[in-house]
Amino acid sequence: MATTLTINGKTHQVDLPDDVPLLWVLRDEVGLTGTKFGCGVAACGACTVHINGEAVRSCQTSLSDVDGPVTTIEGIGTPDSLAAIQKAWVENQVAQCGYCQSGQIMQAASLLAENPSPTDADIDDAMQGNLCRCGTYPRIRAAIHEAASKIKEA
Amino acid sequence: MGIGKILRRTFLIGSAAIVGGVAFGAYRVTRAAPNPLDPSEGQAALNPFVLIDQNGVTLFAPRAEMGQGVKTSWAALIAEELDVELEQVNVLHGPAAAAYYNSAFLSDGLPGKGYDKSDFQHNLGEALGVIGKSLSLHGTGGSTSMKDGFIRMREAGASARETIKQAAAEQLGVDRSQLKTEAGQVIAPDGTAIPYAELAEATAGLEPVEAELRDPAEWRYLGRSQPRVDMVGKSTGTAEFAIDVRLPGMKFATVRRNPKLGSGMKAFEDRDAKSMPGVEKIIDIGDGIAVIGTNTWLVIQAAEAVEIEWEDATYPPTTDAIFDQIAKAFDGSPNSTMRDDGDVDTPVEGATEITADYTAPYLAHSTMEPMTAAAQLDGNGLQVWTGTQMPLFAQMRAASVAGLESEQVEINTTYLGGGFGRRLELDFVEVAVKVAMAVPGTPVLTTWSREEDMRHDYFRPGAMARLRGAVKDGKAVLIDGHVAAQSPVQQAMERITGIAGGGPDKILVEGFFNQPYAVPNYRMSGYVADVQVPVGFWRSVGNSYNGFFHETFMDELAHAAGRDPLEFRLEHARNEWDVAARCLEKVRDMSGWTGKTPDGVGRGVAMTYSFGTPVAQVIEVVDEDGTIRINKAWIACDMGLAIDPHVVKAQMFGGMMYGLSAACFGEITFDEGEVEQWNFPDYDALRMHSAPEVEVEVLETNRFMGGAGEPGTPPSMPALGNALFDLTGTRARSLPLSHTFDLLI
Repeated sequence: MATTLTINGKTHQVDLPDDVPLLWVLRDEVGLTGTKFGCGVAACGACTVHINGEAVRSCQTSLSDVDGPVTTIEGIGTPDSLAAIQKAWVENQVAQCGYCQSGQIMQAASLLAENPSPTDADIDDAMQGNLCRCGTYPRIRAAIHEAASKIKEA
Repeated sequence: MGIGKILRRTFLIGSAAIVGGVAFGAYRVTRAAPNPLDPSEGQAALNPFVLIDQNGVTLFAPRAEMGQGVKTSWAALIAEELDVELEQVNVLHGPAAAAYYNSAFLSDGLPGKGYDKSDFQHNLGEALGVIGKSLSLHGTGGSTSMKDGFIRMREAGASARETIKQAAAEQLGVDRSQLKTEAGQVIAPDGTAIPYAELAEATAGLEPVEAELRDPAEWRYLGRSQPRVDMVGKSTGTAEFAIDVRLPGMKFATVRRNPKLGSGMKAFEDRDAKSMPGVEKIIDIGDGIAVIGTNTWLVIQAAEAVEIEWEDATYPPTTDAIFDQIAKAFDGSPNSTMRDDGDVDTPVEGATEITADYTAPYLAHSTMEPMTAAAQLDGNGLQVWTGTQMPLFAQMRAASVAGLESEQVEINTTYLGGGFGRRLELDFVEVAVKVAMAVPGTPVLTTWSREEDMRHDYFRPGAMARLRGAVKDGKAVLIDGHVAAQSPVQQAMERITGIAGGGPDKILVEGFFNQPYAVPNYRMSGYVADVQVPVGFWRSVGNSYNGFFHETFMDELAHAAGRDPLEFRLEHARNEWDVAARCLEKVRDMSGWTGKTPDGVGRGVAMTYSFGTPVAQVIEVVDEDGTIRINKAWIACDMGLAIDPHVVKAQMFGGMMYGLSAACFGEITFDEGEVEQWNFPDYDALRMHSAPEVEVEVLETNRFMGGAGEPGTPPSMPALGNALFDLTGTRARSLPLSHTFDLLI
């Protein structure tokens, strides 16, 4: 059965069983590979995207549960036109292996949308579901604070 | 696209000249160190690190970028001499090639403690490194990249620069010495600037010019932090990992192999699985099955639905039985005794003796990107896309599985979603090739589920240690240590070459026998445990358990001697190697170490020497209503020249975090021959809220360059254990520490 999805402002028709997680619709059907597979059980946050502007784990969101427009890492900025949060990520040289960073950025973007001036404790609360094995946490924290300032100035 | 094609051809025809351009290699090294195994004249031209054509300058950094910034640091070594701006050039990994051998792999394997090496030993190591070329050691690991590339890559850049200048000199009718270079351009005496790209064809016909390396005082890049060339890609979801490779007509596959590791499959029934949505083919891969279809998630569901009868494990079925088997190794004779100073068998008169036994568990690498590779087999040969630390070994393995010659296999190395030693292995390449062979002409991406990845690792071996020591007048006068574990080196030799490795295994005892402390009676022995659990190279390898054993025992000796643990270490280090002592002094000053902490706060220190680099760490833990949190960490390291200080600091903290995660929660256990951990909830790591604040200082007094990627890991585990002892008075002699303490999760 074909399902219609709005992803990064574009409409996509996908023909997959209802229970296929959004993650695998994005990656293997639509070809948006910026959203990553880490665990498949919502334990690492690598697959974080926004639905209706809110951060969700796309590995645990089945196709039939997608009830609004989807935004992925590709939808918030591009290499030639970075979003403020991505600029903060680049300026703080956050990434190491980089595999978890799409999810980290999407989670942080959702935090900043709700809370434009997060404290360290707010950041701890919002980000603890996003695993990084390289140890980039201090720079993620710094980049979130910097992105908060950038967004306020803009 | 064009460059890939040009390069392939360049490699095949072995010529330095390419269509409309020129490729430079590290020819001076190959000339200065002729090797009888060197196949032919002109092979130098097969070592391109610099490629210039009409499109501009491309630098080759044939080292696996797994987060350590090597793509940037390697390119900076070339760019420093070549006079190009890093933002102007393209940096590629390049194909699997002997020319991209790692010259530091072998020199680090020389006997000796390392920190006490002479110039002669250093030079011997450099010379030995050239042999890496003939052994197909194109690889990344062992914290070697900067040691390996430091001279060779600057030479490659300098030679390319002077040759381009020669071409310009001939074109302009002036002497080469009258020309300057700047930002990818040759500057003529009249100020005219000629871009390198415009000189590419003229340069291609010239014999490479030898050039002296610049005085470090003139460096613009080296010793300074550079913006990483992979940073924008990794902040926009556009950096390509193996799991992101997409090709026209691509299919998706997954694998399910015997959880009784290393054993085969008796039978399988796939009737139900075959009719599941998205499934196109289910194949027998010997020790399990692979499902090929239209969507990764659908094939994972189908793989789980296949009914499989497995063969039994060849190792003891439970963790306890495996450790009983490891302990038996102590009954045999040691595989090595690489340190045997003084006489440990005669008791020191008037000394206080202590003994302690320690254990460390098996560990998984648990990279963020599960094992993944894409492959396509067709009439032209086999193409593989994967994040590998060993491209040439991957090429050979892929060729042997597919029944092809190595030349028919092309390995495309993507970014690695974490390596930590897991991607030195070849199993994920082998599986992907078997899958591709089942559907010739079709590209297939084979992705392992997290569960399959976690339960089919080449694990960090479980290890046991027995230590006896004595203190007298506030000093250690005797240490007699015995460590037993499986040998990843012996296993890997057999996996890769088919011949069982033998002889003394330095890696089993690294971090045990070669710690820079002056103790008059000091003997350290290693025992190889005869257990068949698949084991491999986990960030810092032997140092990862030996660091915990040795540095926990140093703490126990300090307390037995009634001494402050930091001052005790410092005194023993000063008498052995001042570079290590300075790291301890630095971390003492950074942390404001007094030896005393308020109630509810504990501090621990550890110092280890690994991969040429001493690292000292102080860790502070706090008791918050009965839950213990790691609050702060201070790190001081000395690898001599730090090519990129930002990268070094990130590696030091990252290495520590990797070790702390394991120290807190990490363990792979077995029941009925199967790994009991499936996914991150069973094998967690530190997260944003449980990570400490950190300060890192990079000293640069070491005479020889040391590594950065691994040395931050070994001291983290004992430093944390020692801090918990300081806080609670309880000494944990086994890991993970969550078994003994209530740690913040």
